[in-house]
Amino acid sequence: MKDRPHMQIVFVVGMLALLPLVLASNSLLNFATFALIIALAAQGWNIIGGYGGQFSFGHAAFFGTGAYMMALLQARFGVNPWLALPMSIAGGGVAGLIIGFLSFRARLRGSYFALVTLAFAEVFRILANASNFTGGAGGVLLTLKLDVAEMQFADRRLFYWLALTLVAIVLAVTLQLSRSRFGAQLMAVRENEDAARALGVDAVAVKLRALVLSAGITAAAGALYTQKFLYLDANIAYGTWISVDALLAPIIGGLGTVFGPLLGAILLLGLGEMTKTLVTQLTGGALPGIDLVTFGVLLILCVSFAPRGLIGLVTGIRARSQEVAP
Amino acid sequence: MTAPLLSVDRLVKRFDGLTAVDDASLSVASGSITGLIGPNGAGKTTLFALIAGFETPSSGQVHFDGRDVTRLPAHKRAVAGIARTFQIVQPFAGLTVRENIAVGAYLRETARANAHAKAEAVAHAVGLAPMLDQAAGSLTVAGRKRLELARALATAPKLLLLDEVLAGLNPSEIRDMIPVIQRIRSDGVTILIVEHVMQAVMSLCDTLFVLAQGRIIAAGPPAAVARDKRVIEAYLGHGAAARMQASGGAAVDA
Repeated sequence: MKDRPHMQIVFVVGMLALLPLVLASNSLLNFATFALIIALAAQGWNIIGGYGGQFSFGHAAFFGTGAYMMALLQARFGVNPWLALPMSIAGGGVAGLIIGFLSFRARLRGSYFALVTLAFAEVFRILANASNFTGGAGGVLLTLKLDVAEMQFADRRLFYWLALTLVAIVLAVTLQLSRSRFGAQLMAVRENEDAARALGVDAVAVKLRALVLSAGITAAAGALYTQKFLYLDANIAYGTWISVDALLAPIIGGLGTVFGPLLGAILLLGLGEMTKTLVTQLTGGALPGIDLVTFGVLLILCVSFAPRGLIGLVTGIRARSQEVAP
Repeated sequence: MTAPLLSVDRLVKRFDGLTAVDDASLSVASGSITGLIGPNGAGKTTLFALIAGFETPSSGQVHFDGRDVTRLPAHKRAVAGIARTFQIVQPFAGLTVRENIAVGAYLRETARANAHAKAEAVAHAVGLAPMLDQAAGSLTVAGRKRLELARALATAPKLLLLDEVLAGLNPSEIRDMIPVIQRIRSDGVTILIVEHVMQAVMSLCDTLFVLAQGRIIAAGPPAAVARDKRVIEAYLGHGAAARMQASGGAAVDA
């Protein structure tokens, strides 16, 4: 019983690892890889948003920092991507530290925190779009070098498995967090900051640590994005789309749960993609942004019928059925 | 006589134009149950917030356990050994009772198993054991008051500040709660209690301080304080003591 959550992680990751063996088409594999990258970004958001209750609307700030560092370290400084990846994660963590220090010190909570993070992401986007160093509006293009040593794989499945490895590590980290002292203090701050302080919890320090961890994870997703598509511009890296995806996935999947972000990301992107394909087939032409309509509908359904997300819905039903039939 | 565990010296707290606490001094002897009473709006909760570190005083000092804690933030005062409950209960509603109490226990324990074991022990002591796996948000008012107490106790405090833990309870719930508080004291925890339920204050406290309009107007054993003319006037209005005496009221001169 004690190791059941660990076994769940092993099972889920194992199933996902087998997926490329049955997925025939490259486009499906590309889509699955993309979904894992978004899931990773959402897992990062879930640490501060789900466990810490601090809703960030600007996780693009961290995604973009990770993505740009991954791109520029290679393109401008010739750093090997396997080294650039941990450096990008650290860079995202530093961005989290700075933004967190400024906003938590100023006691910004709730919608004020959300607005400040959104503002930071926008400032970063405008700066990256204007600066020559980041390639300006033209963006950064990485050279195609299909070599495992360059983190570019001839076999697309390898990149999928790389992304899955990072997702799996974060699943384990999240589980560990949820059962640790730090996690208990973080959830206490989410539930009631004053009561947490009265019990000796240094609320500012706890939130700051959580944001650094959160930002580092989301930066890893950005770095993977760069490496997968080998191209980046400011509207991709620091765009609102990733802030929205990173927060919608955990809300739909289950806030403050280990599997919520992964489940939410797969569902969100899966349904979005299906709608796009369906509309294209029915009308004979693509309708840009139709997947965003799906996201909106999903969010409305979720808030109305499953406020604790899909995971909350499932565990809620299970708990109720146990009450009825003990 | 040994030095008091807590001493508050000439504390002042001004909010813009309002002086909520005005030159208040009090001391709490180690091992005692000390009461702080006073009419509504007297500044009791503000004084509590100053002692627990939730507000910083405009002037004056707070000494605890031989050190000056006046400028120490709330979480560090908890580490030093001051725990408080809130007048308006503040449960971690989304967490279970066990998890709620464990947050307090984590102050001195780092391992999850130890913190949870301690949480269970405290829950037994305050009568919350059957509710351990319940969500804190689903507790009754009496349950939430006990939870406030349990969480504070789990931090293993030297001084426990109880802000109206009996308010909102019915008479039988109050009767259940009083022995719990007495047991906490006999386990070696010093208690400072703000309370409106006079029957409880009289039976629990060794010493009483009376706060009115931010000032300490009387101090001493409960029976003496209850007869104090200034205290009666603070509660019932100017001249009340004289009127009661004139009408042969036993309360004043008994």
